Amino acid sequence: MPPVIPLAALFLAAFVLPLIALVAISLFRTPQFAELSLAQYLRFFSDPFSIKVLTDTLWLGAEVALATLILAYPLALVYVASGQFMRTLITFLIMLPLLTSTVVRTFAWIVILGRDGIVNSAMLSLGLWQAPARLLYTWEGMVLALTQIQLPLMALPVINSLLRLDGNLTRAAEGLGASRARIFITVILPLTLPGAIAGWLLVFAAAATAFITQTLVGGGRLILMPSYIYQQAVGVQDWPFSAALSLIFTLAVTGIVFAIGALSRRYVRGVDAA
Amino acid sequence: MQRSLVDRVYSGVIGAITGFGMLLLLAPTLVVLIISFTGGITLKFPPPSWSLRWYVELLQSQEIIEPALTSLKVAAAATILSAILGGAAALGLARSRLKIARALDALFMSPMVLPAMAFGLSLLLVFNLLGIRLSAATLVLGHTIICVPFVIRMVGASVQQLNPVLVTCSLSLGASRWYTFRRITLPLIRRGIVASCFVAFLTSFDNVPVSLFLADARTEVLPIKLWAILEGSLDVRVAAVSGVIVLLTLAGLVCAEIFGGVSRQIGSR
Repeated sequence: MPPVIPLAALFLAAFVLPLIALVAISLFRTPQFAELSLAQYLRFFSDPFSIKVLTDTLWLGAEVALATLILAYPLALVYVASGQFMRTLITFLIMLPLLTSTVVRTFAWIVILGRDGIVNSAMLSLGLWQAPARLLYTWEGMVLALTQIQLPLMALPVINSLLRLDGNLTRAAEGLGASRARIFITVILPLTLPGAIAGWLLVFAAAATAFITQTLVGGGRLILMPSYIYQQAVGVQDWPFSAALSLIFTLAVTGIVFAIGALSRRYVRGVDAA
Repeated sequence: MQRSLVDRVYSGVIGAITGFGMLLLLAPTLVVLIISFTGGITLKFPPPSWSLRWYVELLQSQEIIEPALTSLKVAAAATILSAILGGAAALGLARSRLKIARALDALFMSPMVLPAMAFGLSLLLVFNLLGIRLSAATLVLGHTIICVPFVIRMVGASVQQLNPVLVTCSLSLGASRWYTFRRITLPLIRRGIVASCFVAFLTSFDNVPVSLFLADARTEVLPIKLWAILEGSLDVRVAAVSGVIVLLTLAGLVCAEIFGGVSRQIGSR
């Protein structure tokens, strides 16, 4: 155990201690650290605007995670059914966005969705649109950009669980006359669900906390939890409230991740028992 | 007959979504590379003409080069620190069955679960309370914490695959602990170390949520600078920076692949 001590000491000083401080500071009533109370939490939960910011953020994560799920399954099915070349190509395509910087990926979406961007100039030159549409700084644009940016986080676990699926099961279903769509719904989907849920949770947490993409593609008018925390901490310098905000946000995200993760493990035990 | 129609529709839908997915994965990187060679002054796509003017402009932009150098230094320092401290911890934890070992493992992994903004803010609050001024050192400290989980996982996985008999043999043949570590353990876990250094470096270089709170005016880092530029205007120089980052990352990936088989490590994470 001795080689563990330096890192344990570092974590104690620079990770555990700050989190304790965060909790402590959130319990002060005023930014001048006067009077201990739950005032910051009451302020949050009695303010419809704050609650809407939180639900919007969680909803954004859920929506993006669902969109990546719809894209990841076909990709994984093709991956599993293909030969070496296609598999290498798909792996490369998945790794590519994973390794390019977040700001770069977000910047790409500014170029694609912008007023003179690819989508607008294609639609205009095809004569499908009369005037350039506003795509940047919209909710839909933000969902689309985040879907692309987080897709690798979903594709990897789904591919892994499809690779582990026993091929005899799908062949048996095929031999018994099931259509391929039916095999997917009744055999493949239930058996790979834990991998899909794992991916869903990763994307959910990543999309809900994606400050850069949210602020640059969503724009300043869509306020979500990360920019709300930043604004309260750095802009307004209201530390107790920003500490409470980040704790509420952290608990909401990790609470959902743990709850759904626990349900998923229960489901796996049910499938194994059946 | 009906069945084959269903099958064909199904295959068509799967194929179409896959094609769209692959295009979606590739397009943004390509778009960034293409737009960085534009001769125009806006992000108009396709570019009206071609040139290297934005790369030339970038070379003369001290306000972008400085944050880039800071980012490289901070990432290098955070990578080295997290590799040494995390690597040592991974070795110590790997074969331990103690309850406290599992608790520590969970602690070292938790920066991955916790939204990084909450961590960044909490560090800022502590530094403020203790009267510690923000500097490159405080930034490196924050980055080291968020890089550690990758080192713990990847080096830990390598150590698990290491046959403990090899170490026992070396020790019983009279080699010292240090010699055994250098000649037996280290070469066998090299892949895990290289892969985790690669991922840790990218994680730090790309980090925004922690830097947002811990970087002061003098230690401005690249992602924050680019974010600030893009918030104000759609500056084409960002395309040139992006082009450089994409090419350097690809070069780094090739190197890491040669020395560490990094794609398998990431794929099996």
